[in-house]
Amino acid sequence: MANLTMIQAITEALDQEMARDEKVLIFGEDVGKNGGVFRATQGLFDKYGEDRVSDTPLAESGIGGMAFGLAVQGFRPVMEIQFFGFVFEVMDSIVGQMARTSYRMGGKMHLPAVVRSPFGGGVHTPEMHADSLEGLMAQSPGLKVVIPSNPYDAKGLLTSAIRDEDPVVFLEHMKLYRSFRDEVPEEQYTVPLGKANVAKEGSDVTVVAYGYMVREALKAAEQLEKDNVSVEVVDLRTVSPIDYETVVKSVEKTGRMVMVQEAQRMAGVGNTVISEVSQRAILSLEAPIGFVTSPDTVYPFGQAENVWLPNAKDITESIKETVEF
Amino acid sequence: MAKQPVDYEALLSSIEASFPMVQILDKDGNIVNDDIMPELSDDELVELMRRMVWSRVLHDRSMALARQGRLGFYAPTMGQEASQLASHFAFKKQDWLYPGYRDVPQLIQHGLPVSQAFLWSRGHVEGNNYPDDLNAIPPQIIIGAQFIQGMGNAVGQKMAGKEDEVTFTYTGDGGSSQGDVYEGMNFAGRYKAPIVFFIQNNGYAISTPREKQSMATTLAQKAAAAGIPGVQVDGMDPLAVYAVTKQARDWAAAGNGPVLIETITSRFGPHSTSGDDPTRYREQESFDYWEQRDPLIRFRKFLEEKGLWTTEQEEELIEQTKEEIKQAAKEADQAPKMKISDFLKNMHKEPGQNIVEQIEKYEAKESK
Repeated sequence: MANLTMIQAITEALDQEMARDEKVLIFGEDVGKNGGVFRATQGLFDKYGEDRVSDTPLAESGIGGMAFGLAVQGFRPVMEIQFFGFVFEVMDSIVGQMARTSYRMGGKMHLPAVVRSPFGGGVHTPEMHADSLEGLMAQSPGLKVVIPSNPYDAKGLLTSAIRDEDPVVFLEHMKLYRSFRDEVPEEQYTVPLGKANVAKEGSDVTVVAYGYMVREALKAAEQLEKDNVSVEVVDLRTVSPIDYETVVKSVEKTGRMVMVQEAQRMAGVGNTVISEVSQRAILSLEAPIGFVTSPDTVYPFGQAENVWLPNAKDITESIKETVEF
Repeated sequence: MAKQPVDYEALLSSIEASFPMVQILDKDGNIVNDDIMPELSDDELVELMRRMVWSRVLHDRSMALARQGRLGFYAPTMGQEASQLASHFAFKKQDWLYPGYRDVPQLIQHGLPVSQAFLWSRGHVEGNNYPDDLNAIPPQIIIGAQFIQGMGNAVGQKMAGKEDEVTFTYTGDGGSSQGDVYEGMNFAGRYKAPIVFFIQNNGYAISTPREKQSMATTLAQKAAAAGIPGVQVDGMDPLAVYAVTKQARDWAAAGNGPVLIETITSRFGPHSTSGDDPTRYREQESFDYWEQRDPLIRFRKFLEEKGLWTTEQEEELIEQTKEEIKQAAKEADQAPKMKISDFLKNMHKEPGQNIVEQIEKYEAKESK
C-alpha cells in the first residue's frame, strides 16, 4: 500500500495498464515530455516512448478523430482533453461517432476509447475549464461516464475504463487531484464500472453524490453525527449507467434521500436519479427528496465560485429539512 | 513612400501557379500529356471503363428505386465516375476506405455487396454488417469527420507496422470548409500517416457554389498549410485521376506521409434524393458545359480508338448491371425485421442496469 494523491493514483493506473497492454496509447495536448498540465502522464513519455505517449497538435476535434481511427485499428486509445470545458470542440467525435459505433455496427465492432479530462470548481481557473458537463455525456446513449471521488477508486475505475470495450468518459475533479491522500494498493486492481459505493453507512437519510461532492457530503454527515442524525452516503462513481440497485436499496433502508451534485439544477444527473428513485421507491419515502445543486446560471466568474458552489453547509441544511419533514 | 514589406499580389499568384490541374485526356479523349500516362494493361483499361459504366448504371437504377420508395437516402454520383472509380482503381484490397456519403460506388468496389449498400440507404443495421475482408467503415454523414477518423486509422496502420497499406478518405468542396478537414491533414502530416485525402470538387455544397465557399483559387492548396503535397487533377479524366492517385498511394505507402488530391468534377444531378432541385441554383449552361466533359465520353473515345471498346460491349454490360442491381434490391427485401432488444444489446459489450432492464422489457413485448 502506498499513500497516494488522486493524480498519482491516475498516473499509476495509466502506467501499469500501458505496461500490461501494448495496445494502450496516450495522446493529447502536452501529455508527452511535459507530462500533462496536471502531471497525470508524468514519466510515461520517458518510459514508453514517443509512439505510445504523444503530444498532438492543439486541436480537440483532431484528437477525437485520431482516437476513433486508432480504435478501429485495434488500439486502446486514452485521449486527454486538457480541460473538459473544451469538449464542445470534440463533441462529434465523442457523442456523434464513438458512442454510436457499437450500435451502428450491429455490435460487431466496439470502440474501446477512453476520454480523460479534468473538470470541476473551486480551483480558480479561467472560463470554460471548470464546468460540470457530465450531464451532456450521461444523456448520450452509448457512453459510459465515470467520476471518481478518491484515489483508490480513481485507480481501479480508470483501469476498468481502459479495459472496457466501449467508449468511457473519465472525468477527474481538479479539486480532488492533490487535496488528500488515500491508501492505494501497488498492484493492479479494478473497480467495476456502473457500480455505486456506500461511502458511509447510516440509517436516517441517504445522500447520493458523486465526484467532489462526495467529500462535502461526508463532511456534512460527520457534522450531523453530533445531532444524532445518521447519514448514509452513496457515491455513484459511474454517472452513466447509474447503479439504481444500490441507491434504491439504501433509500428503502433510510426512507429519505438528498441528491447532491456540483452541476446546476438543470444539469448533471441528479434529476435522472430523483426520477428513477421516485418510480422505484416512492412508497419507501417519508419525505420529499432534497436536491442540492448550484444555481442555473453559467459557471460563475472566478471570484464568485465560493458563493456559487454547493458545500457541506448546503447539504446539512437539506438533510435537516428532509429529516425534520 | 517606403516599399511595402511583402508583395501580396505576387504571393497570391505564386500560390495559384503552384497547383496546376493535371490532365492526360482532354474532353474529346485526346492524349494531351503522354509523359505521365499510367502503365495500365489493355485489360486494366477495359476494367476501369467497366467500373465507370457500372457506376453510371448504379446511379440510374438507384435514382429510379428511390423514386419508387425502394431506397432511402441516396447521394447521386452521375458525373463523378472518374473521380470515384478511377481513384479507387489505385487502391489495394488491404487499404482502408473512410467514405463520405456520396462514395458508395467505391465502397461497393472495395467489397460491400450491393444489397448491403441498399440496406444502408434504407436504414437497416445489416447494411453495416461488413464482410470481414472489407477494410472500411460506413459512409460518414458528418461532413469532414472522415478526415480526422481516417487520419487516426492511418496513424494506427503506421504504429502497427502495416506495410504497403494506406487509408483513403473522400469529401467534397463543401467539406473542404470544415475545420476537421484541416485538422485531419495537419495531424496526418505531424504523424507522417499513410493517408490519401480527396476533395471531390463538384462545384456545389448542396446549392452554395464553389466561389462562395473560399477565396482560395484551388482547394488543393489547402494542403500547403499542413506542409503536405496537394494536387489538383481533372476529375473527369480517369487516366489522370488514376495516375495522381497511384503516385499519392506510393508516396504514402513509402512512409512519406499524407497527400491531398482535389478532383475537379461535377455532379450532373441533384444533391440527394431528398427533394433537391438543382435548377434552383444552377444555370443550364453549367449542365451543358459539364456534360460535354462527361468522363464516359472521353474514356469511351480513347478506348474505341484503341479498339478496346464497342457499343455492344457497353450495352451488354448495362443490361448485366441492371440485372445485378435488381437482384440486389430483391435480396435487400429479405433482410430480417429489426428488434429493439437487439439494438439495446448492441449498445455496449457490458451493459449497465438501465440497458439490462430494458432488454428484458422489450424482449417480453417482442415475444407476444
